[in-house]
Amino acid sequence: MNPAPLSSGTLNDIILPILYMLAAAGFILAIKWMNSPATARRGVVVGEIGMLLAVVGTLLRFDVVNYQWIFVAFFLGTAIGIPVAYMMPMTAVPQRTAFSHACGALASALIGTAEYYKGISQGPKITTVEMTALVIETLLGFLTFTASLMAFGKLQEVLPQRPMTYKGQNIVNLVVFAAAAGTGLALIVSPEQAFLFPIFTVLALLFGVLLIFPIGGADMPTVIALLNSYAGLSASAMGFVLNNKMLIVAGALDGSSGFILAVIMCRAMNRSFSNVLFGAFGQLQTSTAKAGERPVRSAGPEEAAQILEAARTVVVIPGYGMAVAQAQHKLREMADMLGKRGVNVEFAIHPVAGRMPGHMNVLLAEADVPYDKLREMDDINPEMPMADVALIIGANDVVNPGAETDPKSPIAGMPIIQAYKARTVMVIKRSMNPGFAGIDNELYYMPNTIMLFGDAKAFVSSIVKELGALARA
Amino acid sequence: MGAYEFDLWVFMLAAFLGFQLIRGVSPLLHTPLMSLTNAISAIAVVGAILITGAKDAGTLSLILGFSAVLLATLNVVSGYLITDRMLKMFKRREPAKK
Repeated sequence: MNPAPLSSGTLNDIILPILYMLAAAGFILAIKWMNSPATARRGVVVGEIGMLLAVVGTLLRFDVVNYQWIFVAFFLGTAIGIPVAYMMPMTAVPQRTAFSHACGALASALIGTAEYYKGISQGPKITTVEMTALVIETLLGFLTFTASLMAFGKLQEVLPQRPMTYKGQNIVNLVVFAAAAGTGLALIVSPEQAFLFPIFTVLALLFGVLLIFPIGGADMPTVIALLNSYAGLSASAMGFVLNNKMLIVAGALDGSSGFILAVIMCRAMNRSFSNVLFGAFGQLQTSTAKAGERPVRSAGPEEAAQILEAARTVVVIPGYGMAVAQAQHKLREMADMLGKRGVNVEFAIHPVAGRMPGHMNVLLAEADVPYDKLREMDDINPEMPMADVALIIGANDVVNPGAETDPKSPIAGMPIIQAYKARTVMVIKRSMNPGFAGIDNELYYMPNTIMLFGDAKAFVSSIVKELGALARA
Repeated sequence: MGAYEFDLWVFMLAAFLGFQLIRGVSPLLHTPLMSLTNAISAIAVVGAILITGAKDAGTLSLILGFSAVLLATLNVVSGYLITDRMLKMFKRREPAKK
């Protein structure tokens, strides 16, 4: 039952490579068009067309003859995928991303496993090159699968967000990784030793779990980007196994994308990869945290509203706390009210604010904040001395002046949004408890700083109410 | 050996192309970007189709292939839809005022 009207040779040898090439071109264009919000949606369409061409072309291949299971899987995948895509709240984007990395990586690893068992039971002997690609594919696939599930658990708060550390952790991780890599090498040398494959699988899965143990919530942006990269590289390795250039290109694009994002995240924290992965940030510094016994100035919503209303420029600096409190909609309402009264409100976004790259931007865009109001750190910092008010909501380390002034600070050298340069600094915060990383923040004790104690959403709501009252008065 | 050498070249060039393209993406869109590249790499569904649809696919191949098609399809469908849903939210103009 070959549905292709063409002779099978023509399709497989001439038409299919062209379809694959067009698909790869579509993927490249899709990413290129992501450089601006104006063209990005066009990019999604091009990517979809590319994917459709590649899938239909593959289905028509003469060596694909059993369709029933493929279509059942298509149906199930779509039936789960559509509700997930439409019902997922935007605040759950980091979890969803971790989850999809897990799915993609597992798919890739399962295909590699199937290829391996097919290769040793039938057909020509697996070559060393193929086996090397297979080992890389399955190693990255399995370890990314469990690592992403762990990341998902931490983001969903099923697992503790604090880094989990124990003595000798790095040595244990190293040993497990070396064992996995060693078994992989043995498989490359003699693929017919089939008993090694399950051992290899278990070691890879185990390493994925251990890798995420010491990662704290604040390091999630880097780790998610890194897992994105691994999942892509696994798909690319599959391209080597199947000798399929489109897969190699798609996987390489994903791999390089994740890698670049991880580098950007590391740079935004002034830390190295190894420090993020093995440093267990947050745990080591808890001892340096001092309880907030020094005097601070605080104010209620009424005073805050008056100060905001009298300002010409307000820079809002959001952090993960805004996402937790779901304050973005109220915040936009506040910005609109101030805007109507002639106050220029802008949002300054630190690259690592939130739990994944670009997290804050998506939340604020969802709340209808126009994207030209969302400013990057390097772009807004020169303007901070001109700002009348810097309003900090749920951010801590990314505005900590200690990063610039205190060389002994755990975050020394980390680029920050220079909120302290604004004429008045207002910080909405639950209490004086130190933030996630347990680092004390000098900003709170500065003479021009006003602490606004309370839940972010509730406090912004009260400010909105006060602004309404001021408008009527 | 020709094929594998060629593949390595393709990989190297595609990775550099990726580096260049991603550098051009504004941090504003980093979340949708990750969601898009994740959907793109779910093109691994092609490999899963080859496994599942093969004439001589054994039980193990069928189970593994079927699961892989399902997982990859899930990523393709939800990945593209979510990317588009996020991108739709990025608006330039001020929201309409009453």
